[in-house]
Amino acid sequence: MQYQWDFGFLLQYKALIGVGVLYTIGFTIATAVSGLVVGCLVALLRLSHLRAATWVVTAFIEVFRCTPVLVQLVWCYYALPMLTGLELTPATAAFLTLTLYGASFYGEIIRGGIISVDLGQWDAGRALGMRRSQLMRRVVLPQALRRMVPPLVNQTVLQLKNTSLLSVLAVPDLLYQGQLITSASYRPLETYTMIAVIYFAILFPLTRLAHRLEARPGH
Amino acid sequence: MSNTRMIELIGVQKSFGTLQVLKDISLTVDKGAVVALIGPSGSGKSTLLRSINLLTVPNSGYIRVGDHAMDFSSTQTLPRDRDLAAFRARTGMVFQGFNLFPHMTVEQNVMEGPVTVLGTPKAEARELALALLAKVGLADKAGMRPDSLSGGQKQRVAIARALAMKPDVMLFDEATSALDPELVGEVLAVIRSLAAEGMTMLLVTHEMAFARDVADRVVFMRDGCVVEEGDARQVIEQPSHPATQAFLSHFHNGLA
Ligand SMILES: Nc1ncnc2c1ncn2[C@@H]1O[C@H](COP(=O)(O)OP(=O)(O)O)[C@@H](O)[C@H]1O
Ligand SMILES: [Mg+2]
Repeated sequence: MQYQWDFGFLLQYKALIGVGVLYTIGFTIATAVSGLVVGCLVALLRLSHLRAATWVVTAFIEVFRCTPVLVQLVWCYYALPMLTGLELTPATAAFLTLTLYGASFYGEIIRGGIISVDLGQWDAGRALGMRRSQLMRRVVLPQALRRMVPPLVNQTVLQLKNTSLLSVLAVPDLLYQGQLITSASYRPLETYTMIAVIYFAILFPLTRLAHRLEARPGH
Repeated sequence: MSNTRMIELIGVQKSFGTLQVLKDISLTVDKGAVVALIGPSGSGKSTLLRSINLLTVPNSGYIRVGDHAMDFSSTQTLPRDRDLAAFRARTGMVFQGFNLFPHMTVEQNVMEGPVTVLGTPKAEARELALALLAKVGLADKAGMRPDSLSGGQKQRVAIARALAMKPDVMLFDEATSALDPELVGEVLAVIRSLAAEGMTMLLVTHEMAFARDVADRVVFMRDGCVVEEGDARQVIEQPSHPATQAFLSHFHNGLA
């Protein structure tokens, strides 16, 4: 049987697809930002000499790194409300989960970047009379950032891919819209092909960027 | 507390775990004096130097540099970040490995202390940096990155960076040990000129001839203790303690 490809019908769904793209990119940006903020906190706490804080944060990181995001999403949406009595909208549950999931990875990347800076640099900054915050801002972070950026971009690529899991909570991301279109049009082949192409078109430049940053010599 | 003493240590002790690295060290350095700290590897010279600007915080003892003093004999708590920073700002330190900031130019390295720590306006700090770079013979390298310099040039930039804070004392931890032999002289020349200007200095060194000629006093350390201390020429040429004699016997062919 020869399948008749026909992408033309998808044009009538372009508003739906647009919403999907916006949700996917919007959730990625929002949770990348919030994940980075929480990740910074996580990294600083793990680097602190407060034993209790280090312990709690390490446990948090391991829980989020060693369970699937899909399980975290479902747990946060269906199980957490039973535990706390707090009803979460699908979008809130999704935001919360992806933020914490991202933070557990971002945090480790940030920590790794910070500890990769030579101890002699810390000595030099301290010997000049810098306070901790000045040392971080002027000496450690500028050097750590160069090493952190490529893995952070890679992690953000994963973060964007993970937003496709939001469809299980009926958040109207790209994949969820694709499912809607499929059930209305009965043309999964064209629809899901298009969805894949859109993901690719967004992510390919990002992975190229990460690659270019990694290839930069001397850092 | 005498004003003629710039550095004063009383009963300083430091342990790393069960290893006692400094055992009850007391030491004074007069204002404008140059003191060389010598001793075998692992004897605690670096730890002592780092204790003086609190890069290493001692377990107990009293440390004064200029007008700033800290007493560790009673308090159990670590000094606050702000107090440590203020204390360290008054001492300059030069490391064996230079530790220049690789993401800044030579000039920015020298400006960094005044601008960030003292809040000196940029223009003023730049002027100071250029003057100090000229003083260490590197005025033409201001815009370069540290990694394009030779070891001797890096170390001279590091000295200028420390001097930019207008410190009360300068601490040198084997400032020439990482250098190729032909580059040692240019760094020692800078240190010598600082001595001539009356800078108070404490330097860990393996350059015995330099210690004898430039230092006023020599302190010999072994196993975390000061074993012998005295006039530089006296200690190096006629050490009285057998341990000092044994240590110095390794160097004597180099002592012309
Ligand atoms: N941060 C540290 N942690 C553990 N041990 C250390 C540390 N710094 C120095 N030591 C130990 O203290 C001893 C003295 O070291 P150091 O002061 O560097 O001696 P020196 O400069 O005379 O060679 C050595 O045995 C060294 O291994
Ligand atoms: Mg040493």
